[in-house]
Amino acid sequence: MILLINTDLLVIGGGPAGMTAALKAAKKGAEVIIVERYHELGGQLIKQTHRFFGSKNEQAGTRGIDIAQGLTKEIQNMSEIKVLTEATAQGYYEDKIVTVSYQNKFRKIRAKRIIIATGASEKMMLFLNNDLPGVYGAGAIQTLMNLYGILPGKKVIMVGSGNIGLIVSYQLLQAGVEVKAVIEADSEIGGYLVHASKIRRIGVPIYTGYSVKSAIGESFVKGAEIIKLDRNWQMIAGTERFIKADTICLAVGLRPLVSLLIQADCAMAYVPELGGDVPIRDENLKTTNDQIFVAGDAAGIEEATAAMLEGEIAGLKAATEIGYLSKDAITESRRLKKELRKLRNGPISRNIRKGLSKVRGDDNVKKNRYSHLR
Amino acid sequence: MLRKTGIPTSDDLQSVTPDKERLLEGPVAIIECFNEIPCDPCFYSCPFKAIKKFSDINDKPELDYSKCTGCGNCIASCPGLAIFVVDYTKNRLSLPYEFLPLPSVGDKVWGLNRAGKSICQVEVIKVRDPDKNDKTAVISIKLPKKYLMEVRHIKVGDPNE
Repeated sequence: MILLINTDLLVIGGGPAGMTAALKAAKKGAEVIIVERYHELGGQLIKQTHRFFGSKNEQAGTRGIDIAQGLTKEIQNMSEIKVLTEATAQGYYEDKIVTVSYQNKFRKIRAKRIIIATGASEKMMLFLNNDLPGVYGAGAIQTLMNLYGILPGKKVIMVGSGNIGLIVSYQLLQAGVEVKAVIEADSEIGGYLVHASKIRRIGVPIYTGYSVKSAIGESFVKGAEIIKLDRNWQMIAGTERFIKADTICLAVGLRPLVSLLIQADCAMAYVPELGGDVPIRDENLKTTNDQIFVAGDAAGIEEATAAMLEGEIAGLKAATEIGYLSKDAITESRRLKKELRKLRNGPISRNIRKGLSKVRGDDNVKKNRYSHLR
Repeated sequence: MLRKTGIPTSDDLQSVTPDKERLLEGPVAIIECFNEIPCDPCFYSCPFKAIKKFSDINDKPELDYSKCTGCGNCIASCPGLAIFVVDYTKNRLSLPYEFLPLPSVGDKVWGLNRAGKSICQVEVIKVRDPDKNDKTAVISIKLPKKYLMEVRHIKVGDPNE
């Protein structure tokens, strides 16, 4: 039997954006269902043992794991929110119904509004032998190490010097793993310099202008051959060098998980600055499908602080549209948007701002590009 | 170059170091935060309002050396672990530390410079790990004066290991 559940708001994804979206809408009175694929809420936050940046008013200085715990507890205390864990949203149908597999059953959920906060997936990188055991994504290493207490290896080469590469390097060092080097294809370090200095003073070299040419090893990783790149990121023959390691960790970027948005016929745009294909939306994170909002990394790759603010903005607007009107909704929404603008105001967010300017209009939209996916 | 290596240059450091007179007066915070990132907890951590209020959250912190008492409250507040306190009157350095096991008072440990090289032996003279620091311990070490602006991390055990 296929069960049909009716609700005000369906939030797909229980990470930072989904949690704040659900809380905001529920506090306005909306009945909310959160669908989360993992067995607990929190998304990537549950692996983040480091302190967060951002505004003190938005939990800066707090560790990601503690933010996740706080939000989870808050959600558990709200009777308006129902959480389905180990539940996967499978599809969006023309009759505006979302199907979810949950407890070995196929459920149908009909919601007045939907917030898609599905997050992102890691990008893969092309190099010889990249399928050798011992080549990991940074997310997998964080899951193994910070959730399950399992070390991925003893000597790690980190590929990518964005914040994820730098932070995971630091976490590996804390766990007693040797980080042999951080390899960065660009001519400069991608992440925050404080993160870079933090691992550098522990003795980890950072090689900018280098990439991995091949993983070395027969049945598992025994090292990597790295190679210098020219300005156009082309390998310079003869500059290869070997680094001994048993693990290669890839932290080379994230891509928004947007398949449900595409299926729901939301107009999309390819925006490299935001990580790939992202939905066109307005300032309240409403997509071109009137029923659907987006928030967090699914809207474009950014820090968790921005994701949480986006979740709140979308949750507030969704609640209002469903009919839960509150006197202060407009002022509140204005304040949240102002916080988000302030956060994105610096030079470090230049690319984000550039990317965001591309998702407001319809200029880049190629509606039919995705028709084969439906 | 900092953006290529992660190691701040002497020019970078000069921009966050008070003059010699102030250094010789007593403990003072050195905030080694060199890019404009959205972050402001240090401002809230200072009981003496020595860190200027951020007009834009992306501003780099600005420390008023005359107001700074070197209390070290800011050290554990910085998510980037970029704040240190140097005291030229006592040849003492305080730094943030997030590794286990924590050293004990009296331990001889290695002082590492910003490139991670062991440059001298130092003595642990204080270990602060209160709940409010949320697992970022603040370790104070005694070391030769010439290394006060060099050592930025410690390593327990054999540096050649």
